[in-house]
Amino acid sequence: MLEELDFLFSLTVSGLSIGMMYSLIALGFVLVYKATDAINFAQGEFVMLAGFITATSLAAGAPLWLAILIVIAIMIGFSFALERVVLRPLLGRPVVAVIMATIGLAAILRGLPPITIGAQTQTIPLPISDEPVQILTTSLPAVQVLGLVVSALCLAAFTWFFMKSRMGVAMRAVADNQQVAMAMGINVERYFAIAWAMAGIVAALGGIIWGSMLGVDTQLALVGLKVFPVVILGGLDSIIGAVVGGLIIGVVESVAAGYLDPLVGGGTKDFAPYVIMIIALMFKPYGLFGKRKIERI
Amino acid sequence: MFYREAGNFKTTYADDMALFPLPITRWSAVVLLVLAVAVIPLVLHEYYLSIFNLIFIATVGALGLNILVGYTGQISIGHAAFMSVGAYTAANLAVKLGLPFWITLPAGGLMAAFIGAIVGIPSLRIKGTYLAIATLASQLIIEWIINHTPAISGGAAAAIEVARPTIFGYELKSQRDLYFFTLFFAVLAIVATLNLVRSRIGRAFVAIRDQDIAAEIIGINIFRYKLIAFAISSFYAGVCGVLYTYYFGIATYEAFQIVVSIDYLAMVIIGGLGSVLGSVLGAIFVTALPVVIRLVVEAFGGYIWDPAMLSAVSASMRLVIFGALIIFFLVVEPEGLARLWRNLRNYFRVWPFSY
Repeated sequence: MLEELDFLFSLTVSGLSIGMMYSLIALGFVLVYKATDAINFAQGEFVMLAGFITATSLAAGAPLWLAILIVIAIMIGFSFALERVVLRPLLGRPVVAVIMATIGLAAILRGLPPITIGAQTQTIPLPISDEPVQILTTSLPAVQVLGLVVSALCLAAFTWFFMKSRMGVAMRAVADNQQVAMAMGINVERYFAIAWAMAGIVAALGGIIWGSMLGVDTQLALVGLKVFPVVILGGLDSIIGAVVGGLIIGVVESVAAGYLDPLVGGGTKDFAPYVIMIIALMFKPYGLFGKRKIERI
Repeated sequence: MFYREAGNFKTTYADDMALFPLPITRWSAVVLLVLAVAVIPLVLHEYYLSIFNLIFIATVGALGLNILVGYTGQISIGHAAFMSVGAYTAANLAVKLGLPFWITLPAGGLMAAFIGAIVGIPSLRIKGTYLAIATLASQLIIEWIINHTPAISGGAAAAIEVARPTIFGYELKSQRDLYFFTLFFAVLAIVATLNLVRSRIGRAFVAIRDQDIAAEIIGINIFRYKLIAFAISSFYAGVCGVLYTYYFGIATYEAFQIVVSIDYLAMVIIGGLGSVLGSVLGAIFVTALPVVIRLVVEAFGGYIWDPAMLSAVSASMRLVIFGALIIFFLVVEPEGLARLWRNLRNYFRVWPFSY
C-alpha cells in the first residue's frame, strides 16, 4: 500500500514539474492570444528554433550567458519581423486565415534545420549537476527543477506585468477592445508587436530548458502539441489558466503513463491530454479561466 | 479562352444556376474529358501516369476539405485521420470478408462520414480556434486508436496489404488501368461537388460560412448543416483514403499523419478556398510540386548538401516551400490559383479592349 502511494507520489511530482514547464510554453501562446486574438500554431516550432539557435551558438564556442543573450535577441527580432510581414496583413481577416498562416510558418520552421545546419540531434549542456534532487521519497532530475524555477519566475513576472505595469495595462486594454484602446491613444500595432516579442522571449527560455532536457532536433517541436490541451483546459486568454492547465495536464499525463502504459503498451502520454481536452471542450468550451466571448452580428 | 458573351441574358433562376452557363464551358469540359480519357493515357509514360493518379486521388480529398473549409467555413486540421478511417475500413472489409471495391469504397466513405460527424458535434458550441484544436485532437486520437487496436490495424506494423481492385474479373494492375479507375472517381467527385454547392445544402453552407448567427436567424438549422458538412467532407476524405489504399496496395497509418492534413490544407488554400476549380488546381499544384522539387534538388543539390542527405533535404525543402506558399497566398491572394485563373480569363475575355 505504501509502495503504491510512493509510486503515485513520484508520478505526481514529476508530472507537476513537467506541467510547470508546459505552462511556460503555454504562456507564449496565451500572451499572443490575449493581446492580438491570433492563435499561434507554431509555438512548438518557436521553441525548436530557439533550441537550435542556442545549441548552434554553444557549439560555435560562445559561453552560456552569451548564447542566452543571442537566442533572446534573435527570437525578439524574429517575432517582430513575423508580426510585420505575416500577421499584420492578416488583421481583420477571418480567424481561419491566421491559423493557416501559423501552420504554414510551422511547416517552414520545421523544414529549415535539415536544409541549413543538418538534422542531427544537438545538445545544450547546462552547468548544473547530473545529481537528481531529492524530494521526500522521490527525486527529480536537476534540469527539471531548474525548469520548474524558471517557469515559475516567468509566470510570476508576466502576471505582475499584466497587473501592474503601464505597458501591461495598455496591452489588456488592446486585448479587450482594439477600437476603444486606439481612441484612448494606445498604439495598438506597437502592442501587437510587443506581444509577439514577448512570446519570442518565452519561447527562447522554453527552447533552452526543453532543449537541454530532450536534446535539440526537429522532434522538439512536438512539445508544441502538448500546449493545446493546456491552453484549452485553462482558457486561451488566461495566464492563471496556463499554469493550472499545465499542472493538471502534466499530472494526468504522468499518472496515466504510469498506470495505463503497461496495460495498453505505451503512448498514453500523448493520448491522455487530448482526451481531457475533448472533455473540457464539451463541457467548458472556454476553459476553466477563459473569458466567454459574446458575439454580435 | 477566346470567347465573349454580349451581355447578361439570364432571365430565370434555372439559367443562373446552370452547370454550364455558356456553350463554350460545355465544350471546354468535353475537350478536357476527351483529353483525359483518350489522349493522356495513350501518350504518356507510366511514370507520368502515376503522377496523374496521385493528382486524381488528391482531387477527391481536396474537394472534400474545400466543402468543409472553403464553403462552410469550419476548419479541420484532422482530415488525414478521416482518410485513415476510410482506408482501414476498406482494407479490413477487403481482406477479412473479401469484398470487392465497389462495396468497400462506399463503406469506407460512410464510415469516415460517421466518424467525421461525431468529430463535428463540438462545432455547434465552438468555432474558429477552438474547433481547429478540437480537430487536431481528433487527428491524434484517431491515429492512436487505430495504432493501438490490432483488430483494426492488423497487428504490430499497423499496415494491411490489399489486393488491387478488379472489374469483371480483370485486375487493375498497371498505372494505366489505375489511371481510369482514379479518373472516374475524380470526375465523379467534381461533378458531385459542383452540384452540391449550387443546391439548397450548398447555399446553406455558404450562409453559415459568411455569418452563422445570421444564417440561423433566417431559418437554417446550423447544427444539422454543420454536421452534414462534416459528414460529406469526411465521406470524400474516406473515399480518398480508400483510393490511396487500392493505389498503393497497402493501408498504413503512416500515409495519413498530420503532415498529410497540412498538405490538404495547402491544396485548398493555394488552389482557392470555396472553389471547385481551386481544389483541382491545388491538388495538381501540391502533388506536382514535390516532384519538381525532388528533380531540382537531385540535379543541383549535390553542390550544396551531402549527396547522402538529398532525399531528406528535398523532403524538408518541400515543407519550407509549402509553408511559404500557404503564407504567400494567404497574404497576397487569399482566393488562390482559382482567382488568378479568373483574372487571366477576364483579361482575355475583353482583350484587346480594357473593358
